[in-house]
Amino acid sequence: MDHLKSRKLKNLVAMTLATLCAAAGLALLFVILYDVLVEGLGALKLRLFTQDPAPPNLADAGGLRGAFLGQGLLTLVAAAVGVPAGVMGGTFLAEYGRNSRICRLISALSDMAVSIPSIVIGAFAYAVLVKPMGGFNGWAGAAALAIIILPIILRTTEEMLNIVPWELREAAFALGAPQHKVIIGIVWRSAKSGLFTGALLAIARVAGETAPLLFTSFNSNFFKLNLSEAVPSITVSIYQYAASPYESWTEMAWAAAFVVTVFVLLLNLVGRAALKFKKVG
Amino acid sequence: MTSGQTKNLIFKIVAGMAAASVLAIVAAMAATLYVQSRPALTRFGFVNFLTSTSWNYGQEVFGAARPLFGTFASALLALIVAVPAALGIAVFLTEICPSKLRGVIAAALELLAAIPSIIYGMWGLFILAPALEKFVQPLVGETLGRLPLIGSFFQTKLAGGVNLFTASMILAIMIVPFISGIAREAMAQVPPMLKESSYALGATRWETVRRVVVPYVKTALAGGIVMAMGRALGETMAVAYVIGNRHAPLESIFSPYVTITSVMANEFNEAGGLQLSALFSLAFFLFAANFLALTLAKRLLGGKKWTI
Repeated sequence: MDHLKSRKLKNLVAMTLATLCAAAGLALLFVILYDVLVEGLGALKLRLFTQDPAPPNLADAGGLRGAFLGQGLLTLVAAAVGVPAGVMGGTFLAEYGRNSRICRLISALSDMAVSIPSIVIGAFAYAVLVKPMGGFNGWAGAAALAIIILPIILRTTEEMLNIVPWELREAAFALGAPQHKVIIGIVWRSAKSGLFTGALLAIARVAGETAPLLFTSFNSNFFKLNLSEAVPSITVSIYQYAASPYESWTEMAWAAAFVVTVFVLLLNLVGRAALKFKKVG
Repeated sequence: MTSGQTKNLIFKIVAGMAAASVLAIVAAMAATLYVQSRPALTRFGFVNFLTSTSWNYGQEVFGAARPLFGTFASALLALIVAVPAALGIAVFLTEICPSKLRGVIAAALELLAAIPSIIYGMWGLFILAPALEKFVQPLVGETLGRLPLIGSFFQTKLAGGVNLFTASMILAIMIVPFISGIAREAMAQVPPMLKESSYALGATRWETVRRVVVPYVKTALAGGIVMAMGRALGETMAVAYVIGNRHAPLESIFSPYVTITSVMANEFNEAGGLQLSALFSLAFFLFAANFLALTLAKRLLGGKKWTI
């Protein structure tokens, strides 16, 4: 019976360790969110959204209103280019190019493009769009973000359209509809909640990006949203403020970090909920 | 041609161009990085650049050895911590957790992966680094640090908590949900009959996991691990905050060091000439390493996709 006992003991130890791992993971999530919440809420003031950056020695002054708008603008421009392009590209792969070798290559390449380090994309955008233009500009930042969005949306779209049953298309073809009408009216429509979720998650991913903006749109202290100049950005501001030796600036960084975290997590929750809602309904 | 056919053709061409743009962007990226790397690579020579540890702004002599080593060392150290933890989580979720709680816990852990890396960096700098310095570094210094020969590699030489070890721990936290997600999905696909057969023979849960589940999913696990390594290699903001970006010989895992991404984040905007080209070379290596890791991972995962 000793053998059995030792086997049971081993099992107990292993299962306890596994449970502890899960507990530790959840605890970490809780601790990180708690820290961001406490530090961020403690430093959160209305002026963060209403004032422009101020020198660190001025107590009770300064905010990052331009940076919030700038980040929003960059994300929107990137999404406005990246989402339609990704949906069209994914549609081509799923509808016109099934089983074609070049399409399989594009699909595989997109999987890799999803994982290209974002700082490398930033360096690429710098070489192509910042150096020739003579300075940091918002277009380069938006382009870098769009390059991140494009392959994510493309692959999600391809996957989502692949699950739409082929019979649906055949039914529409049988009624004499041309292929583009079948795609727009039947295929996209039946995949729309998946596409919506994909877009939301992709936007959530780039909304908190810092590295691709560092060498492209960089940052600006001015409340001016001109895409041909450096554009104020909340994440780059957090990076600079948190690394600064001034307490008023690190506090501001925590407050901004809190806002960014809440925003990104909310986008994620809404996106996932939309998918679940569709499954039930 | 009827108007329907024309419209369909236009739609098809636009869609085709959108699909081809991915090909064009990736090709342009590789070409651009290569062209920008040329000055440094021709000046120092490819092999010499790879193996040189100098990073001298005054004399304009640059080598990639330290950032490369830092990048791989931090990723490896992160994997050593993250892989067992992630497997534990996956085992818990598939074998132990009541099915009602499973979805909630899995979703919560996925949220951990959605937090932007700048937040991890800030948290690492202000919370994790001081905590590790206070509790973990002395402990490791007094145990592993007493070992002969390699002991000094585990002793604290510079105070501050900003070092290679802290960077690896932040990376570990960031890739755990990633690995556990892939592991969980793979384990959920093990046919129940296999597991039931194992139980029917009297095997314990742990024995079933070790001898039935893990062998069944091991290639997918390897794929997930390689993929997570790719992610750890390229992670920038979190690492840039806590590694210290110090071009100096690595005396201990508790010494500030450099990675490709930390050098880029800290020096790119002030660099010009050869230094900028050297930074582009680093970016090129990172791009290539990531590409190789992803190709390998894709092979192992067998065409399944795990993007988000």
